[in-house]
Amino acid sequence: MKMKPLARFYTALVMIFLFAPIAILLVFSFNEAKSLSVFSGFSLYWYRELFRDSDTLGAVRNTLVLAVSASLISTAMGTAAAVGIHKLRSKYLRTLMDTVTNIPMINPDIITGISLMLMFVFVGRLFGAATSLSFWTMLIAHVTFCLPYVILQVLPKLQQMDKSLPEAAMDLGCTPLRAFFKVEVPEILPGIVTGLIMAFTLSLDDFVISYFTAGNGFQTLPIRIYNMTKKTVTPKMYALATIIFFVILALLLLSNLTDSESAETVRKAREKRKAKKEKNT
Amino acid sequence: MKNKNAVSKRALIIQRMCLAPYSVWAALFIVVPLLFVAYYAFTDNSFQFTFSNITRFFTATSSIADENGAAREVRTYLLIFMRSLKLAVISTFICLLMGYPAAYIISKASSRVQSILITLIMIPMWMNFLIRTYAWMTILQDTGIFNSMLGLIGLRPVHIIGTESAVVIGMVYDYFPYMILPIYSVMAKMDEKLIEAARDLGCNPFGVLRRVIWPLSLPGVFSGITMVLVPSISTFYISQKLGNGKFYLIGDAIEGQYVANNLHFAAAIAFILMVILLACMAVFQRAANRRAAV
Repeated sequence: MKMKPLARFYTALVMIFLFAPIAILLVFSFNEAKSLSVFSGFSLYWYRELFRDSDTLGAVRNTLVLAVSASLISTAMGTAAAVGIHKLRSKYLRTLMDTVTNIPMINPDIITGISLMLMFVFVGRLFGAATSLSFWTMLIAHVTFCLPYVILQVLPKLQQMDKSLPEAAMDLGCTPLRAFFKVEVPEILPGIVTGLIMAFTLSLDDFVISYFTAGNGFQTLPIRIYNMTKKTVTPKMYALATIIFFVILALLLLSNLTDSESAETVRKAREKRKAKKEKNT
Repeated sequence: MKNKNAVSKRALIIQRMCLAPYSVWAALFIVVPLLFVAYYAFTDNSFQFTFSNITRFFTATSSIADENGAAREVRTYLLIFMRSLKLAVISTFICLLMGYPAAYIISKASSRVQSILITLIMIPMWMNFLIRTYAWMTILQDTGIFNSMLGLIGLRPVHIIGTESAVVIGMVYDYFPYMILPIYSVMAKMDEKLIEAARDLGCNPFGVLRRVIWPLSLPGVFSGITMVLVPSISTFYISQKLGNGKFYLIGDAIEGQYVANNLHFAAAIAFILMVILLACMAVFQRAANRRAAV
C-alpha cells in the first residue's frame, strides 16, 4: 500500500527526531576545533587522536572479548535450557522456570547490577579479597542478563517444531542425542542464531550492569565512554561514535543482504522440488 | 517394550542434563543476588538486623530553596521518588503518543518499506546511549545548536538544559524505539479482514481505530509501556547530563550511595524500588489480562 502524504510527513518527522543527534555527531566528529557546537572547518584530527588513545582501543578489545564469550556461553546454556524447559511435564516447574527467566528482563538494569555487585562483594569479603570485581564477575553478569533473551528466542521455535520429527528419528534408530543434533537443532537454528546475535549486541551495548560489576582493571567501551563524559568531551568521542555507527550500518546491510540471499535460495530450492514432483507425476 | 523404556529413560536423563546448568546458574546469579539485596537492605554495616535503612528512605529530610528563595523542608527520597515517577510517566506517555501512530503507519506500508523503516528505528538503539544522551546535551545547551536554529528563524533562545523538560527529551529519545517495536509487531500481525469487516458494517475511521485497532493492539501497548517506563524510572545518566545534576532521580540516588560506598542504603533504595515496580507490574498485568479476556 502506498503511504498517504500525511503519513509520509509524520514518518519523516520521526526519522528526523531519531537521526538529528546522530547527524550532528557525525558532522562534529570532523570539526577542526575542540567545540561540539561551532563547526570551524573539516579535519581528521580527532580520528588520529582516537587511534592514538590506547585506553579506548584497549576498551574496544575488552568489549569484544567480553561480548564474544558472554554470547557464546549464554547461547549454549540458553539453548540447552530451552530444550529442557520445553520438555518439562510438571506445570509447577514450568511456571517456576518462566518466572525466574523473566526476572532479569523485568527488573531495571540498575537492580540487576546492584544485586550481583552486592553478592560479589559479600562473597569476595568472605574469602578476604579486597576487591572481588574483575573480568570474571562481569562475564557472569553479562551471561546472566543475556540468558533470558536466548531462551525466549529458542523456546518458540521448539514449540513450533513438529513433535513427531525427533520421535520418528528415534523410531528409525537414532539415539536421543543424535536425534537432537540431526533433527531438532536444524529446526530451531534460526532461533539460536537470533539469540546469539541478540546476546552479542546486548553485551556490547550494556553500560548499567557493567558499571556496577566491573573491576578497576577491566574497562569496556561503554564504561570508557562514561569516564570520558565525566570530563569535558572532545570531538574524539564523536569520532568513536561515528565509527560505531558505520560498523553497525555495515553489519545491518550485510545481514539484510544474506537474509534476502538465503530467502532467495530457499525459494529456488522449493521451486526445483515442485518441478521435480510435477515431473514425477 | 523394554527397549522403548530404556530410550525414554535416557531421554529424561538428557532433559535433566540440559536443564541442570541453567537451573544452577539462575539460582546462583538471578535468585540469590536478589536475596542479597534484601539482606543488605535490612542490615547495618556490621550486618546486624535493622530497619533503619528503610525508615531512612521514608523519613530523611533536607531543605531546598523554592522559587522565592525561601528554604523548605522536604522528605528527600520521597521527593526524588515522586519526581522519578512523574518524569517517567510523562516520558512514557509522550513515547506512546508519538510511537502509536508511527507504528500504525509502518505496519501499513509495503513489506520492503516496513523492513527498512524498522531497521532505521533500531539503528539508534545500537548506538551507545551515553553518547546519544551526550549529543542531546550539546544540542540543548544555551549556546547549542537548538538555540542557534531558533535564532535563525528569528525566535528568542530558550533555556532548556538543566530543566525537567531536558530530562524528558532525553528519556523519550533514548527509549522511543522500545515503544514503537512491540506495538508495530502486534499491528503487523493484525488481521486486515477485521478492519475491512468493521468498515463494511458501517464503522467510521475513528470507530475502526477505537473499536478494532486499539483493542487488538493493546498487548503491544502494554509491553511498550513497561519497556519504556522501567528504564526511564530507574535511569541514572540522563538526569545527570541533561538535568545538570539538579534533578536527582531514584537511579541517581542508588548510584550516589554506591559511589559513596553506602552499600546497605543503596540496597534499601533498590529494594523499595523493586517492590514498588513489582506491585505496579502485578496490577498492570492483571488489568491487561482482564482487557484481553473481554
